[in-house]
Amino acid sequence: MPHHAASIARGVGHSASGPVKAPAFDYERPVDVDGALRLLAEGGDDAKLIAGGQSLGPLLNLRLARPALLIDVRMLDEMREISASDNAVVLGAAVTHARIEDGNAPDPAGGLLRYVARGIAYRAVRNRGTIGGSLAHADPAADWVNLMALLDATLIVRSTAAERTIAAVDLVAGPLSTVLAADEMIVAVRIPKLSGSARVGWFKFNRKPGEFAEAICGIVDDPERDVRRLLVGVTESGSPHVADGAELLSAPPDARDGIITAAVAGAGFRCGTYKHQVRAVSLRRAMDALR
Amino acid sequence: MKTLKFTLNGESVCRSVEPRTHLADFVRGDQGLTGTNIGCEHGVCGACTVEIDGAPARSCLTFAVTCEGADVRTIEGLRDDPVMGQLREAFNAEHALQCGYCTPGMLVTARDIVLRLPDADEARVRHELAGNLCRCTGYTGIVRAILSVLVARRTP
Ligand SMILES: Cc1cc2nc3c(=O)[nH]c(=O)nc-3n(C[C@H](O)[C@H](O)[C@H](O)COP(=O)(O)OP(=O)(O)OC[C@H]3O[C@@H](n4cnc5c(N)ncnc54)[C@H](O)[C@@H]3O)c2cc1C
Ligand code: FES
Ligand code: FES
Repeated sequence: MPHHAASIARGVGHSASGPVKAPAFDYERPVDVDGALRLLAEGGDDAKLIAGGQSLGPLLNLRLARPALLIDVRMLDEMREISASDNAVVLGAAVTHARIEDGNAPDPAGGLLRYVARGIAYRAVRNRGTIGGSLAHADPAADWVNLMALLDATLIVRSTAAERTIAAVDLVAGPLSTVLAADEMIVAVRIPKLSGSARVGWFKFNRKPGEFAEAICGIVDDPERDVRRLLVGVTESGSPHVADGAELLSAPPDARDGIITAAVAGAGFRCGTYKHQVRAVSLRRAMDALR
Repeated sequence: MKTLKFTLNGESVCRSVEPRTHLADFVRGDQGLTGTNIGCEHGVCGACTVEIDGAPARSCLTFAVTCEGADVRTIEGLRDDPVMGQLREAFNAEHALQCGYCTPGMLVTARDIVLRLPDADEARVRHELAGNLCRCTGYTGIVRAILSVLVARRTP
């Protein structure tokens, strides 16, 4: 899908002159994951999963998507589970942004997930929108797409044939497109836990609370787990740019700007442009927010 | 067509619906409940906000079929709700509406703020209202109305 479709689907720069009612489709609500996967395999390219419908709904209402069949996975118990081990927190793909905001899940990154969740859209959207749906929708500006890459999360993906894992940083193939096959479904997201002494910084640049980001940058400093990473999000390729953050983290304050300029250039943004500047400012503010 | 059974404003409803019909069109067109307004139909304006299973949701982004078994309340179903009564009075006192188009969605969101965030201050109320657009009032009266209900409920 072309990039402008992402803006249209978010209602940005678009005066709706076309139809605003969804085209006809069929609807099934399977009772378990296996049932959903079977329907998805049988349906081929004409079938689509629906979770919260908070991204697919606008696409359907604007007729930018015309699936023949929607398979509803929002209520599948297995997809709504939350579990934690010593090393990781596992969120079912249909866990909503609101549940994360409310702290229903143990936070693997010292409260960062709750903080980020609260900045996604609006409560009415967060009550239905899911982490799996957000990842699969692959909007380059989506908060989870970027945060899961920074935290080195792994998606657990199933089809009728097999189960595999995909590193979150490798998920996005381009704006609104992923490496998932048509018969594959994200069932869960596994997020490694940072240590208790880790520090994280995050900055989402947007003009109005709840809007999609113009820029997102983040940084993680966890010497105990040997993790020092920085994120420059909302890239032209769509794929979050995650790089080694050691140099920035160890630099004295007056040496930071040069490193930040280079890091943003490394994510594909030409120095001196607005897009570079807004990311450089975001990365600096993420550094300032580090705690 | 699919059969849809759910609870709407406390009464059980069983209807045949096209899967493509969203909940806002269903409550307005099929049920004659025109309190819920439709603005953008892509989740941005908040005019269509209703309560599904106790939590606010966009009825324009919720296909009616997905509400099977759910408990849905529109503004009409909140008539006798005590918090809504307080909010109605406060909206009136603070001039929190002019044309009234945003008001049903605004009230559903306001009720959620009052119940979920009893300690909210002005900054938090404004943050929470980001998803409900009002083209008339400039929000000042709306924010004041919600804050006055929050304060009243804190005072024993
Ligand atoms: C007004 C508005 C503002 C928003 N602002 C933001 C924002 O600031 N930041 C942000 O990140 N997001 C934002 N969003 C998007 C929101 O977070 C959505 O909830 C999310 O992108 C999609 O989740 P969903 O569960 O609703 O997915 P759906 O809309 O149901 O599905 C989205 C896509 O994912 C597929 N899919 C769903 N579940 C799975 C699965 N388990 N496995 C594989 N594929 C699946 C569907 O087939 C579809 O293609 C906004 C949305 C709206 C309406
Ligand atoms: S009509 Fe539903 S949010 Fe605007
Ligand atoms: S009162 Fe007119 S839009 Fe809010």
